[in-house]
Amino acid sequence: MQLIKTLSATALLVAASGTAYADDMASNMTLVSWGGAYQASQVAAYAEPYKAMHSDVTITWDESSNEAVAKLRAMNEANNVTWDLVDVVASDALRLCDEGLAMEIDANELLAEAPDGTSAEDDFGDLLVSDCFIPQIVYSTTVGFRTDMVPEGTAAPTDICAIFDTKTYPGMRSLEKRPINNMEWALLCDGVAKDEVYDVLGTPEGQQQALDKLATIKDDVIWWSAGADTPQLLADGEVFMGSTYNGRLFSAIVEQDQPIGMLWDAQVFDLDGWIIPAGLPEDRLARVKDFVKFATDTQRLADQSKYISYGPARASSAPLVGKHAELGIEMAPHMPTDPANSKNTFLYNYEFWADYRDDIDAKFQAWLAQ
Amino acid sequence: MSAAIIEIKRPDLLTFTMPIVAVLGAMFGFITGNIFGDPWIGLIGGAIVGAALAGVLAKITSVKRWKSIWGVAVLFGVVGALFGGVGGLFGGFLVGLSMGWFATWVGTGQYRKRVPIYYTPGQVLWHSTFLFICAFVFFFLIAPLVPVIWLSFNAENFFTFTPEMLSFKAEGYSLKHYRDFLGTDEWMVPLKNSLIIAPIATIISVSLGTLAAIGLSQSHVPGRQAMMAILISPMIVPLIISATGMFFFYAPLGNWLQVNLGLNQAFVGYVKVILAHAVLGIPFVIITVTATLVGFDKSLTRAAANMGANPVTTFFRVQMPLILPGVISGGLFAFITSFDEVVVVLFVGSARQQTLPWQMYTGLREQISPTILAAATILVAVSILLLLTVELLRRRSERLRGMSPG
Repeated sequence: MQLIKTLSATALLVAASGTAYADDMASNMTLVSWGGAYQASQVAAYAEPYKAMHSDVTITWDESSNEAVAKLRAMNEANNVTWDLVDVVASDALRLCDEGLAMEIDANELLAEAPDGTSAEDDFGDLLVSDCFIPQIVYSTTVGFRTDMVPEGTAAPTDICAIFDTKTYPGMRSLEKRPINNMEWALLCDGVAKDEVYDVLGTPEGQQQALDKLATIKDDVIWWSAGADTPQLLADGEVFMGSTYNGRLFSAIVEQDQPIGMLWDAQVFDLDGWIIPAGLPEDRLARVKDFVKFATDTQRLADQSKYISYGPARASSAPLVGKHAELGIEMAPHMPTDPANSKNTFLYNYEFWADYRDDIDAKFQAWLAQ
Repeated sequence: MSAAIIEIKRPDLLTFTMPIVAVLGAMFGFITGNIFGDPWIGLIGGAIVGAALAGVLAKITSVKRWKSIWGVAVLFGVVGALFGGVGGLFGGFLVGLSMGWFATWVGTGQYRKRVPIYYTPGQVLWHSTFLFICAFVFFFLIAPLVPVIWLSFNAENFFTFTPEMLSFKAEGYSLKHYRDFLGTDEWMVPLKNSLIIAPIATIISVSLGTLAAIGLSQSHVPGRQAMMAILISPMIVPLIISATGMFFFYAPLGNWLQVNLGLNQAFVGYVKVILAHAVLGIPFVIITVTATLVGFDKSLTRAAANMGANPVTTFFRVQMPLILPGVISGGLFAFITSFDEVVVVLFVGSARQQTLPWQMYTGLREQISPTILAAATILVAVSILLLLTVELLRRRSERLRGMSPG
């Protein structure tokens, strides 16, 4: 009986503590992100300063960005959206926006102006790829390799086609378990000119050509699905080279001091940012709007680059990029957008992949299973 | 126990001992050869070393058995150290120890010591093989934990045995992953959530499951089989299917609780996860309690009724103490089910109900940090301590009741 009394007392307490706030802004936010070093940079650059200003706000993090589209669909269907702000890549934002799961925003109204008075829309510029998308960073998918596993007498790889050159650079490779980026690289290394890659990839013959090129190294590839896989495989020496997000490689090289080198050639730029789920109750929406305005202003975006080597999405943030928060090294040379690193780049082709993704995905997965 | 006095003959060296030890040597040689890049040379070399070892040990009869085994271990350790440093020293020592022991065990006929004198060679072989299989089963159950515990002291943020770790240098080790586990909200909040959800879900499943088992054991209840089947279905239906169903079942329920009763969102989240976990735990309680009820003598309840006790008193004073072991083990299963569960909580819970397995799951997928290993090590240590305590308490109470001589 004592037990039951204690239990019901706790239950009442928990219930009461939550209903105590009658503010017009909710006091709790659930933010969805990717975990790892990236989420840590968001916590340090956005969430901690915000909490310092609003001591009554608690922020809960959910590391579910990987399956954000599926989960948001299910939540919407069950009419139980528990997320307040979701970090997704631009292509997912486009899908969520099309399906009406993300709220459409007016950038100038929601987001802060640049310090010099430039409107948010001009400051973000082309990176506002969707009506629902609030860009945070530019990242790239690029290739890292073990510097100590380069064969003796051979120069370290500088060309993306080293992936396909198992004679000069023997060893396993790790590539992402999806066609995007791999197909482009395969065609590029099969003699297709860079500006024709997507024309070729749009034809069934071109898709076959890319798969045939990938087939030449199929036995040497470990396919990854989480961003943490390649750094782990490289650190283990299980693969000689592998693709992953540049920030993950930066963390392994600079922060963890691993013998890994970067291959910036043909890196693929992509955008990552916030979306606000559609249909939030007013108090939660008010809190999220307040947070987003703060977290995407010029200084906050620049601050994030102190913790991770992703380029801020605002033009006005670029001059403010400084040194690493703990190591004190200049961050600019580690940014994918640095001129020395961006001699040969791709930008994730949202339109092409929106049209062809399902088709090529099916072919790619069938090819993988062969 | 006079069997031990019967003298055991040494088996034939050339046709028996040497080939058998050579086989073990070949196995070790194959593994060692793999490390250095040539397994087949290692295999042959290992076989030769094994045969030679058996021959030499058979000649040395003046030294005590264990002294010669330790001698072999030290010798192998020194050779290992020459080739592989500190790691080689340990590896060589272990290989030497097991090979030396095996060679004398076979060579001196010790393997016949524990078996009845009338056993045929085939029976002796089976007896020994059986013991080895048991040892292997034990080994494969325990061995995967060793690298987990070892790697949790890694000074780096990867699941990698660094050269410093393998040569046992202090700078290769650190407690930082334990600090990460114990010192950050990222892990302490999920731990707290798990410790809120699992016990409450257990209490619900134990109360409901025990009552259901008692009800279902009455012969006059109609449709017992069907009810039993429905109640234990969460155990049989694939978890992902139950989880999807629960998601769509609990979402409107939660909304209703929030809107109509004005309950707090976080609190409703806990209620949903606890109820879902209770459902998963109930089948375990029903099954264990039903099993103990088979041995329960119904005439005791009739005797209690005869003496004027009402059914509730009978239940708490007579029946409950007798079926308590079944209730407790069912409760343990229910607790572990909830404490280990990741699929249902991913569906039904929201981020504020993030439990420890959830955090481990996302941690493994998104960052592969050894903090997970530190968490696993702590959980292993805690569960060993818990089981030890329960076992000690059990023995103590048995001793107090005079049920065992210990």
